Amino acid sequence: MIQESIRNQITFSQIAAAEGLKAGLQITPEALIDQVRESGIRGRGGAGFPTGLKWAFTAAEKSDKKYVICNADEGEPGTFKDRVIFENWADLVFDGMALAGYAIGADEGIVYLRAEYTFLREKLEKCLAERRKKVLLGENCLGMKGFNFDIHIHMGSGAYVCGEETALIEALEGKRGEARNRPPFPAASGYLGKPTLVNNVETFAWIATIMVKGSDWFRGLGTEKSSGLKLFSISGDVESPGVYEFPMGISVNQLLTEVGGRGAKAVQIGGASGTCVPSAEFDRAIAYEDVATGGSIIVFGQQRDLLDVAENFLEFFEDESCGQCTPCRIGNSKLLEGVRLLKKGECSAKYLNELCKLAETMQIASKCGLGQSSPNAFLSIVKHFRKEIFNREPVAV
Amino acid sequence: MTQQATAANTEMIPVTIDGKETRVASGTTILEAAKHLGIRIPTLCYHEDLCVEGVCRICVVEIEGMWTLQASCTYPITQAITVKTHSPKVRKARRHILDLMFSEHYGECYSCARNNNCELQNLAQEYGVDEYRFGHPDLPIFNIDKSSFAITRDNNKCIQCRRCVRTCAEFQEVKALENVGRGNKTAIGTFLDKPLGEVVCINCGQCINRCPTGALTAKDQTDLVWDAIEDPTKHVVIQTAPAPRAAIGEEFGLEPGTPMTWEMNSALREVGFNKVFDTNFTADLTIIEEGTELILRLYKTLVQGDTSMPLPQFTSCSPGWVKYIEHFYPEYLGNVSSAKSPQQMFGAMIKTYYAEKNNIDPKDIVSVALMPCTAKKFECNRPEMADSGHQDVDFGLTTRELAKMIRESGINLPDMPKSDFDSPFGTASGSGVIFAATGGVMEAALRSVLEFVTGKQVENFYDHADIIPVRGFEGCRYVELKIPEEVGPVPAIIQHLVPDWNWIKGATVKVGVAHGTGNARKVMEDIKAGGKFSECHFIEVMACPGGCLGGGGQPIPTNLDIREARAKAIYAEDRAYGEAGKARKSHENEAVLKVYQEFLKEGPCGHLSHKLLHTDYTPRGKYID
Ligand SMILES: Cc1cc2nc3c(=O)[nH]c(=O)nc-3n(C[C@H](O)[C@H](O)[C@H](O)COP(=O)(O)O)c2cc1C
Ligand code: SF4
Ligand code: SF4
Ligand code: SF4
Ligand code: SF4
Repeated sequence: MIQESIRNQITFSQIAAAEGLKAGLQITPEALIDQVRESGIRGRGGAGFPTGLKWAFTAAEKSDKKYVICNADEGEPGTFKDRVIFENWADLVFDGMALAGYAIGADEGIVYLRAEYTFLREKLEKCLAERRKKVLLGENCLGMKGFNFDIHIHMGSGAYVCGEETALIEALEGKRGEARNRPPFPAASGYLGKPTLVNNVETFAWIATIMVKGSDWFRGLGTEKSSGLKLFSISGDVESPGVYEFPMGISVNQLLTEVGGRGAKAVQIGGASGTCVPSAEFDRAIAYEDVATGGSIIVFGQQRDLLDVAENFLEFFEDESCGQCTPCRIGNSKLLEGVRLLKKGECSAKYLNELCKLAETMQIASKCGLGQSSPNAFLSIVKHFRKEIFNREPVAV
Repeated sequence: MTQQATAANTEMIPVTIDGKETRVASGTTILEAAKHLGIRIPTLCYHEDLCVEGVCRICVVEIEGMWTLQASCTYPITQAITVKTHSPKVRKARRHILDLMFSEHYGECYSCARNNNCELQNLAQEYGVDEYRFGHPDLPIFNIDKSSFAITRDNNKCIQCRRCVRTCAEFQEVKALENVGRGNKTAIGTFLDKPLGEVVCINCGQCINRCPTGALTAKDQTDLVWDAIEDPTKHVVIQTAPAPRAAIGEEFGLEPGTPMTWEMNSALREVGFNKVFDTNFTADLTIIEEGTELILRLYKTLVQGDTSMPLPQFTSCSPGWVKYIEHFYPEYLGNVSSAKSPQQMFGAMIKTYYAEKNNIDPKDIVSVALMPCTAKKFECNRPEMADSGHQDVDFGLTTRELAKMIRESGINLPDMPKSDFDSPFGTASGSGVIFAATGGVMEAALRSVLEFVTGKQVENFYDHADIIPVRGFEGCRYVELKIPEEVGPVPAIIQHLVPDWNWIKGATVKVGVAHGTGNARKVMEDIKAGGKFSECHFIEVMACPGGCLGGGGQPIPTNLDIREARAKAIYAEDRAYGEAGKARKSHENEAVLKVYQEFLKEGPCGHLSHKLLHTDYTPRGKYID
């Protein structure tokens, strides 16, 4: 069933375990970071921060102890590509983590694994044990004196916000999963106050791949600002949902053709916290310079009621907000109330405008990415489908 | 302040705020830099005493080149930035945040304890809240928790700034309050959502002093006290602790640190109390009892090898501290002085000695205590505090409650004439006064112990009898004092307990002082680990920061500057006692000596004083069923 969810050729299949690690350890940590930088890869977890820069920051910190964390919380509704990567190419992820350890000078890696993925744990532990046997982990890793990188797995506890890197670190420390104030960023002060590198599962797998295929190869794919390939989790009203690999910069139209989703009414790019793109804009590119995504693509057919969609997402955020900051804790409830009023045709145009302004405040005044992005879907639906959602006015105020 | 302090060794960063330029040490927050420039940024979750949280978002500002707004209380300046504190985006955001708070805020200002002293109310006015844009609850959402003797919790007024949680966890290290639930169900709660009266809360009230709204208040008993005053069959007396008089002026618009001792006496009579007594009388009595107990402990342990009374001896006058040790270090209860707190000693004396002397049936006496403290409300309700045969103290009123009663009587306190305390307890010593400040009990005890042992005036050893080493605001203090080689005769009052002073001459007395139970915890952990505090003979612990002057019943707001100003007033009053030729040492208090002659005839720690003035404690543990 899992195999079936892979829909096209995925480059990771061409890379053997430890191949990338061996290649990366041939060069100095500085050169390795340069390679990552030159590849142009940006974080595959959603925020799209340039990975080479993040590694360089963390490497520049002086500390007796540093950590490499693999963010496998994969909580964004509509995404499941990290699960597929772990099922099929776990070694690449661990190679990428070890490379990161080598590059930034860390000897401890932690995989923060989504609670719902507990079923993967046994397999991953086996893989780690296997790697220790082959000295791909542990003391003097791959025969390199003094490089003692090892990895352990920490199970998440089922909160979406714990995918946010600082909330993840809080949870790792045994505290309530809540985003921290930034700065300082994890690169300077992360897990237990030590410099910490957090990357997405996929990011690590690509690093291992880049070590084998070269940074030029990666840079040559995708667009200028969004280089390389990316895995996408496609769901919703399409003929063949599943995991696909596409170059960055693919247009929504092209993507829909590939997955059998033509004739869609709208596409939600970036999961619940992403944007809802209407069919009129299907020529837009899926890339950091246009519509960004951590990989979640949800396709809505003509029959879908977008207020149902907005309601569904906002219900999610109302629950999943960590609840510490005012705009997000209360704001999402207010937007949700507004959507319910719209559904009953009881929301005045004036109030809708107030809600949109509130949503803009949430985007800029919330403490973390959750609150900052939770109004995106609402705002884009109001913007593009105002007529549709405002059509139900039997009791207009 | 941060700017200058670290200027020497830190890089200075240029910053422009609202067009004004300055340079600050790297790491200074935008809020601090703005304050330095005289620019006000509104705050709610920020409190000077606590670490920053960055959750209310009211202090957001715009930094040039950044799309999102930043919380100025948390944002450290590490590179040159240009900041706007009131751009259109910022103003809209602040108004939205207030609108959102009010959409969940159920409460009416005119019936709220914090009316006119509420940070939320102030901001509503400042930001022109003229309607509830996102609604307003018509009905309460939460039940009001009135289970505690001391603290009332009304979550309907809570804006989730978490100051209380930080106070309780970081400052006091009690952790009675916590953030519970998530999403829009997040709230301030207790362990398993139990009522506050049934958890480890030590009733210190520090959370109240830092709550920006009326969500946390002290249990108000003014109506009951009014009833008693208005009941002609009742003889209503009030004892007043030293800390309120140094702070109550703040409730009437005076600067912190303006003492109102004598004006308050007149006001209390005007309000209708039949007698106004000075708790310092029993503070002096406490010193005699507790000091004697200390001498006994030292003598038993060091000379007789009897370990039944362990060292160090801890003070017992702070009921917050007593409950803290009952919960968290019950194995050390044997170290706590069995002497009751001054409030409770006074309570027992009023319904026995005073009643007898004045031919009043103790059941007709209503005994009120004016305290800086909310934990005193709990203390006077402890079942064991009824040694007079009645509840020894009927009501503990906070400084804030009394200010309210004074206002209700139409009195402007600063305008009142000055008057003295009533006899038979009269005016106490300066040592009683300094009980209000951290280190005060220690200083008072040391003054008396030094004189007992040497037979000489403390002034011979410390100028003006000011034992400066035990003063100050440092959280945990450790001090060594040398007992002179020359000792005097044992004073008559304790001759039956120790034969001579030879065993103590030339010894080094080691004492400790801690204020705030977070600091108390440090001392306790040090003792457990066999650190230097384990070698102490005597340790003073006050549950509140700064001692009683920073108590949970004192005027709001509180911060270090305010507490220091109050401390100054207290030490000045002690000095003034000396300058006016009044007693400054507890054992010189005439009224106390008379009590030992007339009433507690077996002397300190004797049979009757044990019955009336001493108590025992309840091991509680951290978990309560
Ligand atoms: C609410 C929220 C949830 C997030 N969830 C995830 C997640 O499940 N997996 C992930 O890799 N990144 C997630 N992120 C992004 C992380 O904070 C972080 O940017 C990322 O792990 C960095 O890795 P990358 O640079 O390799 O993408 C989330 C961010 C937010 C604000
Ligand atoms: S934005 Fe939401 S999830 Fe993020 S810190 Fe604020 S309340 Fe928590
Ligand atoms: S908490 Fe403040 S705003 Fe709320 S009712 Fe009380 S005074 Fe008014
Ligand atoms: S009164 Fe003290 S112990 Fe109780 S909740 Fe408040 S701060 Fe915590
Ligand atoms: S009770 Fe008061 S201090 Fe505590 S979170 Fe609520 S408003 Fe803030």
